[in-house]
Amino acid sequence: MFKNFIRILKFAFTDFLRNKGISLAAIFVLVVTVMLATCLLFFWGASDYLLLQIQNKIDITAYFKEEIQEQDIILVKDKISKSSFVKEVEYISKDQALEDFKRKYGENEVLAKALFEVGGNPFLPSLNIKTDGNPEQFKEVSDILAGENFAELIEKVDFSEKKDIINTVFSIRSSITKTGLVLGFVLIVIAIMVVFNTIKLTVSSLKEEISTMKIVGATNWFIRGPFIIQGAIYGFIAFVICFIISMMGFHFLSDKIYTILPGFNSFKYFISNIWIFILVQIIFGVGVGVISSFFAVRRHLKV
Amino acid sequence: MIKFNNVTKIFEPDLTVLQDINFEANKGEFVCIVGKSGAGKTTLINLILGLEKPTSGEIFLDGKNINAINNSDLQKIRRNIGGIHQDYKLLSNKTVFENVSYIMEVEGKDQEEITEQVPKILDIVGLSERFDRFPNELSGGEQQRLAVARALINNPEIILADEPTGNLDPYNSYEVIQLLEKMNQLGKTIILSSHDREVVNKLQKRVITLDQGKIIRDEEQGRYII
Repeated sequence: MFKNFIRILKFAFTDFLRNKGISLAAIFVLVVTVMLATCLLFFWGASDYLLLQIQNKIDITAYFKEEIQEQDIILVKDKISKSSFVKEVEYISKDQALEDFKRKYGENEVLAKALFEVGGNPFLPSLNIKTDGNPEQFKEVSDILAGENFAELIEKVDFSEKKDIINTVFSIRSSITKTGLVLGFVLIVIAIMVVFNTIKLTVSSLKEEISTMKIVGATNWFIRGPFIIQGAIYGFIAFVICFIISMMGFHFLSDKIYTILPGFNSFKYFISNIWIFILVQIIFGVGVGVISSFFAVRRHLKV
Repeated sequence: MIKFNNVTKIFEPDLTVLQDINFEANKGEFVCIVGKSGAGKTTLINLILGLEKPTSGEIFLDGKNINAINNSDLQKIRRNIGGIHQDYKLLSNKTVFENVSYIMEVEGKDQEEITEQVPKILDIVGLSERFDRFPNELSGGEQQRLAVARALINNPEIILADEPTGNLDPYNSYEVIQLLEKMNQLGKTIILSSHDREVVNKLQKRVITLDQGKIIRDEEQGRYII
């Protein structure tokens, strides 16, 4: 068994080196497939990051009645914080809200004049609540705040005003995910078909050889083994090439991507997800190479 | 050892290549199959190897119906047959040495034995200077001799030789036939298909004559008569 395995390995490496043209063609198409899978994975990650950034900017603000004491608001804050889907709750006092407004719009004369006309501090104390961004969760938080316990403390919750934006962002995110998956799937299937047909052509050129091997009594695995190992070698080399290309690509394009997607460092993203990238590249490289070889040889073994 | 029982082979749609073939070749027998081109000699050899299936009838090898056995058993039987084919059936991607050693590797022989035996057989067929050449770098005669070396290397019980002297000069033909005779003397069963009158007549072995897919003569110590 072990002796046979060593022989199969020897045949695979010898044939790989002897048929350089065929090997290069197979590696080339595998590199294209693996790079396609890598790019799809990267774009999926980048778009997810972008939408999460937008989603994180969306929050619910509960404005409390003017006469409500700070300790009561803090009590509400503590209760809300306990909900599993609430990520962050920030208390903004009347004074803080005024300060924020001045800092933000202080230079705008019209707004400053309006504030002066109103006189005093027109702002209400509030709680700023952030969730994971799911519209259902926003609705739940909104329902809790509007419930019996808090209704008498709260002046208004601005959920309904933001509801449309939240739903739009969420639906964009889910449709990008769905479209990306479908588009990615179609592209990957096409790429796999190209790889399969290239390997099929290379194996077909050796069909007489395969038939001779059968005639002299070789078992199916003894014949098939070297082709499968060659498929794995093609895939592994394609993986190494793609890994180097993607690492260098993400490193050198990092600045350009940063200008398109502020805050997103492509190289850091690649490094922090390196095992996923390696896994995807190996699956698409070695996996596709091996499976294609397996099926390409199978049809010639019926001698 | 080899038994044909009412074997008929028809290639679609209606080309009858062999018709009602009945014969038996015993262990250690040397049988020449003769006939004109297209008489069905190669098809008969292919049927023994399981490369073709009979349209009707049965073929037995050591009592086993080779068309009723599974793939694994068929491969075991093939490993015990040394085939010399008209079109050589060499492994074009392997060197002369590897073409012969592959047969031993298929059999699971040890590397030391391979390293020892392969040069010997290549020396016998006169290819000791061509170890590293590929089949397409050999002449027709050299390719045929390589096919002979490959058929003999595993010391098989049956040797099927389909026109093994077809591309050889008289001297090399004589060498190959001598090798086959020697194997026969060692108790191996030889089925030789040939249309070389001189070779067949010189052998003075059993001759089965095929004509238009039928056995028209089966003689012990026969002669090439068509």
